[in-house]
Amino acid sequence: MATTIIPFGPQHPVLPEPIHLTLKLEDEIVIEAIPALGYVHRGLEKLADIRDYHQMIYVVERVCGICSMIHAVCYSQGIEELMEIEIPKRAEMLRVIWSELHRMHSHLLWLGLFADAFGFEALFMQFWKIRERIMDINEATTGSRVIVSVNVIGGVRADLSPDQIRWILSEIDGVEKDVSALQDTIMNDYSVKHRTVGIGVLTKEQAYELGAAGPMLRGSGVAQDMRMLGYGGYSEIDFEPIVETAGDCWARSTVRFREVLQSIDLVRQAISKLPEGDLAVKVKGNPPEGEIYTRVEQPRGECVYYIRANGTKHLDRLRIRTPTFANIPPMLTVLPGCELADVPVIVLSIDPCISCTER
Amino acid sequence: MFGSFIKKSRAKSPWIIHFDCGSCNGCDIEVLACLTPLYDIERFGIINVGNPKHADVLLVTGTVNHRNKKVLKNIYDQMSEPKAVIAIGACGNTGGVFRECYNVVGGIDKVIPVDVYVPGCPAKPEAIIDGVVVGLGKFAQKVEEAK
Amino acid sequence: MKGKVIDVTLDTLVGEVTNMKNDGQRLVTFSTYQEGENKIGILYHFDKDLEPTHLRLVADMDKPIPSVSGVFFSAMLVENEIRDQWDVKFDGLVLDFNRSLFLDPEVIQVPLVSNVKIDPKK
Repeated sequence: MATTIIPFGPQHPVLPEPIHLTLKLEDEIVIEAIPALGYVHRGLEKLADIRDYHQMIYVVERVCGICSMIHAVCYSQGIEELMEIEIPKRAEMLRVIWSELHRMHSHLLWLGLFADAFGFEALFMQFWKIRERIMDINEATTGSRVIVSVNVIGGVRADLSPDQIRWILSEIDGVEKDVSALQDTIMNDYSVKHRTVGIGVLTKEQAYELGAAGPMLRGSGVAQDMRMLGYGGYSEIDFEPIVETAGDCWARSTVRFREVLQSIDLVRQAISKLPEGDLAVKVKGNPPEGEIYTRVEQPRGECVYYIRANGTKHLDRLRIRTPTFANIPPMLTVLPGCELADVPVIVLSIDPCISCTER
Repeated sequence: MFGSFIKKSRAKSPWIIHFDCGSCNGCDIEVLACLTPLYDIERFGIINVGNPKHADVLLVTGTVNHRNKKVLKNIYDQMSEPKAVIAIGACGNTGGVFRECYNVVGGIDKVIPVDVYVPGCPAKPEAIIDGVVVGLGKFAQKVEEAK
Repeated sequence: MKGKVIDVTLDTLVGEVTNMKNDGQRLVTFSTYQEGENKIGILYHFDKDLEPTHLRLVADMDKPIPSVSGVFFSAMLVENEIRDQWDVKFDGLVLDFNRSLFLDPEVIQVPLVSNVKIDPKK
């Protein structure tokens, strides 16, 4: 049969970001997908040459706007370990609270976009309506909606007052109620299941071997979550990773949906265990020296920083491996064999964050 | 008579297209937030479309790099006249925090003419709506001038 | 750095990576850095049950490095990225973008080699 080549992207209605796929089709079936990246590549790892290690926090926050808080946590955690700084317990717990708020807004954003990918626009609007409540919390507590910029090396810059804590607790109660109301639609609706169940199946073995990360890995039945490492404040919080076994688009969306509810619980736990104390310690001594490998869990999965410092205020090397970078090979593996109409759903089901991938 | 009808509806109900040109996503999700229930710019007759040939106003976020400048130029050229361009966020205006990176050319105006610059890192939805309103004023003027 | 670091050479690299795979390790990513003049250091990060292990390879930049993308398909993207950033060749890369994964063909500089420092713009 003759093959047809269809270009997908870089400007495509379902994609919020530019990525290009060359799809080779036989009839309606995809037989090969070749990616072309580089539309968002800026080269910010090299900025370590001219920005010192304190200023780099502002740069790593802009690797990706959606998980900016958690990028900053990962980076400052690495530098603190190199410089042997012990940060106050309150700062650790505050980092957990903002990280989980970020995870919630990222997952709600994704659930909306995913609904939009199969044409369920009302559901898209519903999820984004709920998300605005979390954006309000971010804005009220830090002054900014998306890039909250509260991390510094040695702690955090903003605090939560008792009034704010009471308000946050009542807001997330509302979020929980609203999100639970949508559970039946995203998980059991006939037309939603029609577009997601059995589509883009990634088996457990494939997911592990191809190095998938985050909900992609957990949706295939591997219980791996970097929060199990107990970094920062997570060591004091009860946490169980959420796992689904089907490995299809439905399983990945269900993992993310259940993680929203889990994050609500984690915020409550963190608030109940929030100790009194300072927000940050003063950074003293020489600039960092040595090398460090540090990992955190982002909304999209495991994020790895490799930092190599030479004792000057400019880092020798900063290497960032983001979760979507790890999820592209699995996506290329599941695309062959699917129908053309399912390509947008599968591409979105990995939660692609291209600005993370290309940095 | 038909001509004046088109003129009027063009400026009163402009269709926008959004292109992410190497931004960090911060501004993109704020642009999308403008379309969702809290800000809801559809109530002003503004609709987000996916095809540049249908669009009147181009919203661009992020810096230009060596690869996507061709895509940006291509999308701009596909839009029919008259058209307006709004650059959103510090990166779109000047290159922002990334201006010194090796793969960054600079702001949007290095490649295509820009009508309105919206500041902020990321720009807030209120600022974006403000920018679109100013852009629409310029767009209406262009519609007027186009015979 | 957390985890065990094993030094490998160009000859033992693919064998060691295959051993890691047989051991049930998951390839996380590679990290690169400059090691003195004209040498590149590559760390291959693995992970099993949240325990990291690293292989460290120090090689000349002008000689090709054996590719491990035959063992782990996911290494393909990282190796192409290193090819973009350091202009290092890989032998047996399953899908070679030839320095165009991230960079446009019109970019001729090699970004991460330290003699091409970027200057602050005025």
